[in-house]
Amino acid sequence: MSVTIKRGEFFSLLGPSGCGKTTLLRIIAGFDYPDRGSVLFDNKDILPIPPDKRQSNTIFQTYALFPHLTVYENIAFPLRLRKLGKEEIDKRVKQYVHMVQLDDHVYKKPSMLSGGQKQRVAIARALINEPSVLLLDEPLSALDAKLRQNLLVELDDIHDKVGITFIYVTHDQSEALGVSDRIAVMDKGKILQIGTPYEIYEAPATRFVAQFIGETNIFDCTVLSCEPFENEYMIVVDVPALGTTINVTDLEPQEIGSKFDFTVRPEKIRITLNPPRSTAAGLNVFKGVVEEPVYSGFQSKYYVRLDDNTTAPLMKAFKQHTAFLEDGPDIEWKDSVYLSWTAVDGYLVKDVDR
Amino acid sequence: MKKAIKPAKREQLLGTLYSFPMGIWFTVFFTVPLAIIILYSFMKRGLYGGVEKAFTLEAYRQMINPSFAKVLVRTLWISAFSTVLCVLIAIPVGYAMAKSKHQTLLLFLIIIPFWTNSLIRIYAWISILSTEGFLNSLLIRLGIVKEGLHLIYNNGSVILVLVYMYLPFAILPLFTTIDKFDFFLLDAARDLGATKLEAIVKVMFPNIKSGLSTAFIFTFIPIFGAYTVPLLVGGKDSTMIGNIIVDQVSKTRNWPLASAFSMILTVASLIGVFWMLASAQREAAGKNKNTPQAYEQKVKAHHGRSKR
Repeated sequence: MSVTIKRGEFFSLLGPSGCGKTTLLRIIAGFDYPDRGSVLFDNKDILPIPPDKRQSNTIFQTYALFPHLTVYENIAFPLRLRKLGKEEIDKRVKQYVHMVQLDDHVYKKPSMLSGGQKQRVAIARALINEPSVLLLDEPLSALDAKLRQNLLVELDDIHDKVGITFIYVTHDQSEALGVSDRIAVMDKGKILQIGTPYEIYEAPATRFVAQFIGETNIFDCTVLSCEPFENEYMIVVDVPALGTTINVTDLEPQEIGSKFDFTVRPEKIRITLNPPRSTAAGLNVFKGVVEEPVYSGFQSKYYVRLDDNTTAPLMKAFKQHTAFLEDGPDIEWKDSVYLSWTAVDGYLVKDVDR
Repeated sequence: MKKAIKPAKREQLLGTLYSFPMGIWFTVFFTVPLAIIILYSFMKRGLYGGVEKAFTLEAYRQMINPSFAKVLVRTLWISAFSTVLCVLIAIPVGYAMAKSKHQTLLLFLIIIPFWTNSLIRIYAWISILSTEGFLNSLLIRLGIVKEGLHLIYNNGSVILVLVYMYLPFAILPLFTTIDKFDFFLLDAARDLGATKLEAIVKVMFPNIKSGLSTAFIFTFIPIFGAYTVPLLVGGKDSTMIGNIIVDQVSKTRNWPLASAFSMILTVASLIGVFWMLASAQREAAGKNKNTPQAYEQKVKAHHGRSKR
């Protein structure tokens, strides 16, 4: 497998823990050495170059701030190694301290800082050498959810400011989708798909990618028929798990009898108390009972048991609450509901990995 | 009705109670003998050993003597050199142990020599180093030398065996502190442009300071008082203070002088221990300085400076 990361790109390596994303980052940083393969930087193999001579700097998961040094000295550390003049060091440290808004904390030791502040020190320390590539190893995973959101926005902001390449390792798909220009989804040491957040979410290359990124309804299916439909093809697939057929469109014609995975994202399924009035071509409609409603303020997640096939897995449908709900959500536990989605909203996953 | 003892008070009482046996042990077998030695050093020498109950500074006057000064200087440099060697060897050993997957086994191996009496281990070194010993016969058989080298009964053999004997005392404290050290800090240092050596000196050493000072003291104090090693593997010019004390007690029977020399050992040990305590305290004081208030002041001072 091969990955090309462009200059100035915010590139994420996304995958579950143990998938090899951190190892890949450590190889790029120079801490680990691969058995095979090469790492090119500007078409030059950097594997023989030791980590201290590479043009990348790293933000570690645990920050790895030097506990015996103050914030100021932590950030000055790389400059002191380069034996820059006192004035020059002071000027640059202050500039970076200011950038990460730590002006009032320069004389603190890391043990005195909050998680978010430690994170900022790590960012300043990694950037002060003006590297060409910044490597980030799950830098937000030790922080609480609110702070994580804020720092993610800050990171993106810093990326815009310094304009260097960011390689960001995370297991959190929402982080990756939010800030990346492109994402590589990894599992078991392999890259399964490289693409923009949009491509990866809407057109997952494999079943694993579909399930790992966001939530989805996914079933084995077999192509029954394929007809041209507007600019695409209308395909009818048999879904044994649901005991029925589903209409789905695809850009390419698919051979009858081909086995794929059918997937439809829960937020694309309309959940209604009355039968849908839509007359869209290839509308899929199912009747069921709400087995489990999960209310979370801005939306409700409904887990629905289908009427026709009670052994089928529960279907997930998410409903955004866009209006003021005086009496709570209109759909409640044990309500009989209709699930519907158009053929265009579904997707056929071609590279089935099971 | 009985008044209930507050839990905190109760804990304190229990603590005192628990420490009682230890307290008695230390008083009877440590503090009292030390006091006796101090007293003896200020008393008159008994004719056939022992002391006469009369105050005198004679013992300390006798100590000011070129031959004793020579021994003192030799003891100092041999101890310092052996201690530095011990710590220098112990750092990489401690590092390797902390990184190893077989920590328990390695710790076990380090403790094994203690199962054998130290005298036996010293005699083992004699049979290795002596002119017809293991090492020389090996060298001769390999054709590297024609006749046995003088490997024993000199300062070199004393230092060698001292390092061998006291190395575990340097390894153990260093291993425990290095084991707690966050090795990611070394990666971070390398990443930021430090060479391997720079990373270890600038990042690891400051963070294992407590282990380093403990290792220095744990090896220096016993080596400074050593007497069996210089006695058995040293030459006639390898005498150390420990040997003088033994001679003064058993041969010359000058107990006050022996006590006065013991005082040197005690004072040297105390200096070491106080140094360790002081550095620990300095570290704690440094931490206290990190209160938000103290920082505000520092930051204010800092801003004031930058405005000027």
